[in-house]
Amino acid sequence: MAILINEKTKIIVQGFTGRIGTFHAQEMIDYGSNVVGGVTPGKGGQTHLGLPVFNTVKEAIEQVGAEASIVFVPPAFAADSIMEAADAGIKYCVSITDGIPTQDMMTVKNFLRRFPKMERMLLTGPNCAGTISPGRAMLGIMPGHIYIRGNVGVVGRSGTLGYEAADQMRLLGIGISTSVGIGGDPIPGSSHRDILKRLEQDPETKVALMIGEIGGPQEVDAGKFAKEHMTKPLVAYIAGLTAPEGRRMGHAGAIISSAGESAAEKVAMLKELGVTICPTPSLMGQTVAEVLAKL
Amino acid sequence: MNIHEYQAKEILAEYGVKIAEGGLAYSVVEAVQRAREIEGDVWVVKAQIHSGARGKAGGIKVCRTHTEVEQAVEELIGKKLVTHQTGPAGKICSRVYIEAGTNISKEMYLSFMIDRASERVIMIGAAEGGMEIEKLAETNPEAIIKIYIEPAVGLQDFQARKMAFGLGIDPAQLNHAVKTIKGCYRALRDLDANILEINPLVITANNEIVALDAKMVFDENALFRRHKIAELRDNTQVDPREVAAAEAGLSYVGLDGDIGCMINGAGLAMATMDMIKLAGGEPANFLDVGGGASAERTEKAFRLVLADSGVKAMLVNIFAGINRCDWIAEGVVQAVKNIDMKIPLVVRLSGTNVEEGRSIIKNSGLPIITADTLAEAAEKVVRARNEVVAQKA
Repeated sequence: MAILINEKTKIIVQGFTGRIGTFHAQEMIDYGSNVVGGVTPGKGGQTHLGLPVFNTVKEAIEQVGAEASIVFVPPAFAADSIMEAADAGIKYCVSITDGIPTQDMMTVKNFLRRFPKMERMLLTGPNCAGTISPGRAMLGIMPGHIYIRGNVGVVGRSGTLGYEAADQMRLLGIGISTSVGIGGDPIPGSSHRDILKRLEQDPETKVALMIGEIGGPQEVDAGKFAKEHMTKPLVAYIAGLTAPEGRRMGHAGAIISSAGESAAEKVAMLKELGVTICPTPSLMGQTVAEVLAKL
Repeated sequence: MNIHEYQAKEILAEYGVKIAEGGLAYSVVEAVQRAREIEGDVWVVKAQIHSGARGKAGGIKVCRTHTEVEQAVEELIGKKLVTHQTGPAGKICSRVYIEAGTNISKEMYLSFMIDRASERVIMIGAAEGGMEIEKLAETNPEAIIKIYIEPAVGLQDFQARKMAFGLGIDPAQLNHAVKTIKGCYRALRDLDANILEINPLVITANNEIVALDAKMVFDENALFRRHKIAELRDNTQVDPREVAAAEAGLSYVGLDGDIGCMINGAGLAMATMDMIKLAGGEPANFLDVGGGASAERTEKAFRLVLADSGVKAMLVNIFAGINRCDWIAEGVVQAVKNIDMKIPLVVRLSGTNVEEGRSIIKNSGLPIITADTLAEAAEKVVRARNEVVAQKA
């Protein structure tokens, strides 16, 4: 078991024939992901990387049974592609695209809420590195070779900081069940809490690691979830101790704009909620190891 | 992206929000001319800088004669204004807004913003304006009215009325209040603003509802479709290093420390800066070079970091995913040679092709300090910085 994706998950790439879509589709195929085709409106009927191209997501579902999609569509059109996937009946969508307007994401989330819960597409990202179930499938742009299979579930807002964590764990021989990037935007498809809920239910996951940062309420919200509903230990690191108030630190969502959004405040609240905090970003692997050793 | 008060007011006026009569000036002569054009015998000279809390910093002056206007403008134009929001560096005032004095009978607070928790636009109001809403939230949270707006249907009249009554507006002015509130919401939605704040919104002695100040912050990610808004950008209000970075397509934030940083990825950049701080140093900047860090891009990033003369040592931390450490290493070596770098440089590479990358650095013959882990990199750069400082002293 892993969450969200495994070696059988049938994947399509939206924005398949573009430069970035092509590059990462090939990387995912090489990793062993079950990529079954792609969508580029207007190019339906062609073959790309030896796989069929469809005009619409609906066709991709009808003809090759697509279950999951990954979106590489440029920011101006990405929200539309995500909503198309949801409407067509895709179960899980990862949006890699960085730079989607916030109000577009507000529309996307509102659109998703119209579906009954059981039929609602799960979205992670945008502005993320994607999801990987090591040794099984990669639906993202991460360097697959730094992830080894194991029983730590990871959820994080940052791509490269997630790589750092995976690498620290690999060097200690600790593997990952599934690592999910939720992205650095102010309105993400899924929150830390949404992913922790799934990790809690995954029999393979023994410990969860949350990699958060300044800005927004979602790390503390996830901490509350852990305290109230999780049996598995939660380890967390919050980046941005040195970030000044009111400045956007790269990620559109990494900005301290109200009380409780700084790294120090989040750490204090998470500690109070019983979450194990990594004292420094170089000790993410070590902290997870210590928590695993106590199980 | 921030804009000036006068720009926000011009936008709001187009959306049916009443503003006081006013005009923009870049010089004393122009300012007096504006004052002559505006009726009445009281004028307010307002420094146009991208910051709130201008009043306390002396950026807002009430004048009763044209001579006073002249004096006020002379004191402001070309000067740096330091408010508690600008930081010690302050912001240069290169334009002033001359406004007709308003006879205020009541001050209120009104704002709209995208609320991350509810993923909706939230409208916030208080019958008591003029002060900072966060302070009011602490001292008297019950006084704050919050109304969430459904994105699909937008702000409804009943919600605007609820806000108007909450603000304590006289029923005689209800229609005008609803028009003002709905105009603000439409401006935020139509133009992709993240924040719209009117503090204070006032009722004048003539019973008019007027936006006495206005702040709008726009979504950088939406500027591609808001060309008129994008034109309002005033780079004199932004750290010149950040302007240069934006032109090079790099994400940079200038800070007060003296350890320069170049990192790929926003999260790893913040974490590396945390590590520097924990090792006893202070970062001079945040700099995310992004995923596709070519040699050219790397050199641009180096030049940007080193343009800050206060930088005493520099740290490069790259976790190569789709990137490759050998490419990065070549870029770093080339940048150091081209720039003739004089300060210590610590490089930590990790990820794809790490061994090749490390050997390029090692064999370059350059005095580059290398580190294998994040902690080691931070310790080494702080030590190098301390040695530089000790040598100078």
